[in-house]
Amino acid sequence: MPKKGTKSKKVVDDVANEQENKLPDYLELQRTRVVCNADAPIHTLGFQYSGAFAAMGVDNSVSVEKFCKNFKVEINRLTEDDIEFDMIGVDASIANAFRRILIAEVPTMAIEKVFMADNTSVIADEVLSHRLGLIPLDADPRLFDYISENDVPNERNTIVYKLHVSCPKGSQRITVKSSELEWLPEGSQLSMASSAQSGDKQKTFTSFSKSQKQILEKPLGVKFKDITIARLGPGQAIELEAHAVKGVGKVHAKWSPVATAWYRMLPEVVILEEIKGDNAEKLVKKCPVNVFDIEDLGNGEKRAVVAKPRACTLCRQCVMKDDGQKIELRRVRDHFIFTIESTGALPPEVLFTEAVKILEEKCEKVISELS
Amino acid sequence: MTVVDQGDDAAKEELPTPSYRSLAAPLTNPVDKFALLPAFLKVRGLVKEHIDSFNYFITRGIRNILRANNRIEARNDPNIYLRYTDVYVEKPSVQVDYKIERITPHFCRLTDRTYSAPIKVDIEYTVGGKEYILKTKRNVLIGYMPIMLRSYPCVLNGKDEAELARVGECPLDPGGYFIVKGTEKVILIQEQLSKNRIIIDTDSKGRVIASVTSSTHEIKSKTVITMDKEKIYLQLNQFTKPIPIVVVMKAMGMTSDQEVVQMVGRDPRYADLLFPSIQECASERIYTQQQALQYMDEKVTYPGAGNQKEGRSKSILRDVFIAHVPVKNGNFRQKCIYTGVMLRRMMDAILNADTFDDKDYVGNKRLELSGQLMSLLFEDLFKTMNSQAVELMNKNSDKTRSSPLDFSQLIKHEAITTGLERAISTGNWDIKRFRMHRKGVSQVLSRLSYMASLGYMTRITPQFEKTRKTSGPRALQPSQWGMLCPCDTPEGEACGLTKNLALLTHVTTDQEEGPLMNLCKSLGVEDLSLLSGEEIHAPGSFLVMFNGLILGKHRQPQKFANGMRNLRRSGKIGEFVSIFVNEKQHCIHIASDGGRVCRPLIIADKGRSRVKEHHMKELRDGIRSFDDFLRDGLIEYLDVNEENNALIALYEHVDQDGVERSSITHIEIEPLSILGVVSGLIPYPHHNQSPRNTYQCAMGKQAMGNIAYNQLFRADSLLYLLVYAQRPLLTTKTIELVGYDKLGAGQNATVAVMGYSGYDIEDAIVMNKSSLDRGFGRCIAMKKYTVTKENYGDGLSDRIAKPQRDQNGVLVKQNMRALDEDGIAAPGQIIRNHDVYVNKQTPKNTDRRVAGAPLADRDYANAAVTYKGIDGETTVVDRVMLCSDTNEKLSIKCIIRHTRRPEVGDKFSSRHGQKGVCGTIVQQEDFPFSERGICPDLIMNPHGFPSRMTIGKMIELLGGKAGLSCGRFHYGSAFGEPSGNADKVEDISNTLIKHGFSYNGKDFLYSGILGHPLEAYIFMGPIYYQKLKHMVLDKMHARASGPRVLLTRQPTEGRSRDGGLRLGEMERDCLIAYGASMLIFERLMLSSDPYQVQVCRKCGLLGYYNHKLKAAYCSMCKNGENMAKMRLPYACKLLFQELQSMNVVPRLKLA
Repeated sequence: MPKKGTKSKKVVDDVANEQENKLPDYLELQRTRVVCNADAPIHTLGFQYSGAFAAMGVDNSVSVEKFCKNFKVEINRLTEDDIEFDMIGVDASIANAFRRILIAEVPTMAIEKVFMADNTSVIADEVLSHRLGLIPLDADPRLFDYISENDVPNERNTIVYKLHVSCPKGSQRITVKSSELEWLPEGSQLSMASSAQSGDKQKTFTSFSKSQKQILEKPLGVKFKDITIARLGPGQAIELEAHAVKGVGKVHAKWSPVATAWYRMLPEVVILEEIKGDNAEKLVKKCPVNVFDIEDLGNGEKRAVVAKPRACTLCRQCVMKDDGQKIELRRVRDHFIFTIESTGALPPEVLFTEAVKILEEKCEKVISELS
Repeated sequence: MTVVDQGDDAAKEELPTPSYRSLAAPLTNPVDKFALLPAFLKVRGLVKEHIDSFNYFITRGIRNILRANNRIEARNDPNIYLRYTDVYVEKPSVQVDYKIERITPHFCRLTDRTYSAPIKVDIEYTVGGKEYILKTKRNVLIGYMPIMLRSYPCVLNGKDEAELARVGECPLDPGGYFIVKGTEKVILIQEQLSKNRIIIDTDSKGRVIASVTSSTHEIKSKTVITMDKEKIYLQLNQFTKPIPIVVVMKAMGMTSDQEVVQMVGRDPRYADLLFPSIQECASERIYTQQQALQYMDEKVTYPGAGNQKEGRSKSILRDVFIAHVPVKNGNFRQKCIYTGVMLRRMMDAILNADTFDDKDYVGNKRLELSGQLMSLLFEDLFKTMNSQAVELMNKNSDKTRSSPLDFSQLIKHEAITTGLERAISTGNWDIKRFRMHRKGVSQVLSRLSYMASLGYMTRITPQFEKTRKTSGPRALQPSQWGMLCPCDTPEGEACGLTKNLALLTHVTTDQEEGPLMNLCKSLGVEDLSLLSGEEIHAPGSFLVMFNGLILGKHRQPQKFANGMRNLRRSGKIGEFVSIFVNEKQHCIHIASDGGRVCRPLIIADKGRSRVKEHHMKELRDGIRSFDDFLRDGLIEYLDVNEENNALIALYEHVDQDGVERSSITHIEIEPLSILGVVSGLIPYPHHNQSPRNTYQCAMGKQAMGNIAYNQLFRADSLLYLLVYAQRPLLTTKTIELVGYDKLGAGQNATVAVMGYSGYDIEDAIVMNKSSLDRGFGRCIAMKKYTVTKENYGDGLSDRIAKPQRDQNGVLVKQNMRALDEDGIAAPGQIIRNHDVYVNKQTPKNTDRRVAGAPLADRDYANAAVTYKGIDGETTVVDRVMLCSDTNEKLSIKCIIRHTRRPEVGDKFSSRHGQKGVCGTIVQQEDFPFSERGICPDLIMNPHGFPSRMTIGKMIELLGGKAGLSCGRFHYGSAFGEPSGNADKVEDISNTLIKHGFSYNGKDFLYSGILGHPLEAYIFMGPIYYQKLKHMVLDKMHARASGPRVLLTRQPTEGRSRDGGLRLGEMERDCLIAYGASMLIFERLMLSSDPYQVQVCRKCGLLGYYNHKLKAAYCSMCKNGENMAKMRLPYACKLLFQELQSMNVVPRLKLA
């Protein structure tokens, strides 16, 4: 046995030397690609250990130099609400960290406290408050501070909105939309204590030292004007004041700055064996997102080629049944197509830079804790 | 659906996925008959049987009762009488201060009143005096009748949606129940063995018996003929011993043995079987009628005085023995023939075991509905009222009085009002006159969910006790097909006994017998009285039985049956009359009695449906209604018996193996109608393992959702609502028919079927925290708390005081913060545990009072009512209602609302009997996500599938996913694939592929924790999830120290009393066996009721500790010399003292 072992090791060493620190194809494939077979994806985890291929003289470690060399970001689409960009050259864990931070840790402003003065609508106070909380606010959270339990609400940590709608008797029933929320830059208008105490100034639920108009460049409002808050029948009314504070999505989803943020790995479709003629036609038709196309080879010969691999949604129609073995669906392990759908508080590209900042802070924290 | 590329051959080849619109479009073949279902339900409603039955009672039944007992007269002067000439039930109203006010059902619900209408009669009576004066009076009140909602007298009858909304009623509420003292009560459908029919069966000893339960207006009796040791006997309660049947025949005047044999039939095999009986009769030397009667007289039970025995047996034979067969002018011939037929059926059964009757066969069952039950009750109460009037009259006429004798003054309406009200509100039907003692006839209508209340309306309760272990009645009967739902039955002891009606089932009401009988005669039925025994059983001729009576015979049975059926189809006789040709028994059964279950079917001529496309078009255009189909003879109702004469095809266009197309007589309207209302909401039930559907039927009733359109204006004692209830993405036709899509009880959750976190074992589900944040599974629990302001007479009453404040206006007591200035909690106010919601005060002394002087504040004791909630939960006062109840007391109803979000331990269920609790709640970022960024709402463990075999759930997921991507609700109706009422898996898969999903619904998911792709494709898509009413918040219970029972000083028991958890006998045994004595000591004494006692070492009795002298003392020995201190359980000390009080001296011997 030991004889054999030494022998085989030698062989491997030889091969490694021959290829000059390059992995054999099948290992390279395993390292860089997730292969999506018809039944299940394989090699999903990849090789995490830095010395996984040390025996072959291949370095699998993460290094700043490599990262700097390989890392690339390409923006594919950028609108007011969402962004799609390619993030190339990072590990899934890094991409996932950004995703997680985007969903749970980038702060936004959301309504947290609702002071009901009147609510005669059919919708219960708690439910109404819940609905209000979920309305995305058009307020830059970077301009505000967190409020802690003992803090007094002030212009730096609280935004006050007012909602006062009523449906007059005898009219049609009305729908209360988010546009009816009115920003109160001077703070709360509801007086706190009972009327018995008549001080010089009515004490309210906030203590603003100055108007928020002086702090902010643009007036605050809600991002989307057509969100239904409630419906009012004739004779019903809602009067309330809503206080928005800064928070993170971890605590409640209303503070999440994204509708969702996710990534997918870059699809790679490989035709292993040439597909010609009718089979090629069939293959093209099979794909609902038109990944394949037909290349005319002249003299009536047709060949299937991969035209739009990015469009692949992994329905796996092409790898099933007859010509299944001739095609391989893969995902590039270090290429992420990252999508961020913002709820509107911040533009999507800013959200991502915020997320990067938060990750940076975390890293610094770790470093400082360690040192 | 819009994604159809031009020139794309593949898309063209594909079958178009059926949509509701495409189904409604004209098709040449097959005819789409589905539209008949909504048409049927539009005409009849969901609970038509209840309402029909009650309507029959109100319009006809009550009249018949009155007509049968329309005259009462004074005992000693028949000229003083009262005669009822007419009766009618008016619209529901209530008399307030001599003013009659119309009432609505919702008003009754809110004010705890009974929704009842006055029963008025027209009377004719004589006033006695010197001469009799005939007087008439109209509109005399004889009582208030609780009114079934949506019946004829109900104000809701015939109202449209807007009008219903105006009276505060939900248009989707089916009606069919009563409101008694503010609670909604349903009279459940009672299942019984059919009356007046011969049932051949074997008894417990294996003897063949023929039994008839006769029921007439006068008497109910049971006649049993048994065969014991080859001899045949009659068993009747009125006889001490079984009587040989030949003796009975002789007693009825059939003295010739030959005639008896002829009556049974001339077949020598019958004669052989009959021979021992004849021989026995002969050996008793009974040859004449006289002798037979004498013989029977001796066997009469309770003969009383010896002489009265004579003639008793004849009257028993006349009145009790097969009582429903009439004896006219002392002519027993009909009874003889009937007995002959019974004997013949018995012998058939002996010769051929196939002819035994099956008691569980649905055709041998009758359903008793609210109308019949109410009419029994009313009849009894009406008779009681009359006899009371007669009694009063007799009493009055004994005394010489100045006022003339007048019956109209003696009719008291309270008896009927309270009698009806009490019976419905308690559910006890105790009618002595009919020897009826039933409990639980009416039940409170469950308003937990819309499905629960619908389920109550279709429920059928059995008559026999549930404890019997027999499996026969519990088994699924083939004859239930289409009549009773095969899925909807409870689990446990009532399994298979309590059943539910299917969607299209109708229960008949009684129909006039006379005209039908005459019609039969004119169709060639030969009268019995003209026939000899020989002729009756002549081969080829059939006996015609009408509602269990022998009407005669007919020589051409098929022709006769066809004739009758044609009359029925042309509407000449009632549509519910059933004509059943029983080839085996050589009988034609015609039935027009009430309580039979029947269902509509399409008539087919030689396999060709009579309903053609143009009929359906007319229906869709609204020109034709369901009743027109009936009238035109396209559709008819068949009851269970008549179904045996029909060959019913499922579909017109599908040929079945071995079935001659031309022999098909009927076609099913829709196969999904074999299921009931509750099981109708399961998608793809025909793909599920059967018990799963049964489980879902039980769970669908516990699901929270919307209850009715008026749910927020109701005052139920407990109400669970879902905040964001949705309609299911994957619907069924039944869902649309019953309105579940308008009052849903669940939400469409995106479910990923995978293992996650280990908190998902044993059916637990993992939930997405962000989904919960966004409102998934959020529910509102509303509870009603009622406080009544008591009156004590003399103008003395409770008072409601405003909350006490100090001079600064600050509340003196913090727990009064929820109160308004009127002393009652203010709506919208947050109310916490121990807060006061009604600040009530009661007068300290209710009897002593200075006349006229108002009570001072100090005369009132505080009796504030506090809210007992859960600490740490925010509950809100939703509404406060003030009304005066029927006793003119002020009743304050506070409805307290609690909004809850799902937490670990709350119970959820899909629509496939797959319940599970929430195992853990996980942050969204930790949840897996798909390539499209979709993140599931909950994760279900795949181990839930293999053993449950709920394929329907998988198809629901697929269909839901396809529905989402193509923007069309998919259908999953039972057995709906051939008719297009359910989408086929293949079509669904094609839709999925078209939208870039895998055909099998499995997605490529990334781990939310590590970010890498998951090593398997995950089955993910929307499934309709129900939140069930069982929530941890209502159940969790723990205690460290707390209240104790006064007597024993041990911890209290039960969650409601904040009790401890008992270490029971078996647990104690374990500890003993283990030898953990210190633990036992701790559990049973230290943690329970330790008590220090002084024990006298000398006498061994308990002493006491004198705190003044600081010394222990024995009151027995009269000294404190030998006292010892020890601890025992207080219960032990109590036992000693109790024993001492009984002169038993327990002595403690201390070592």
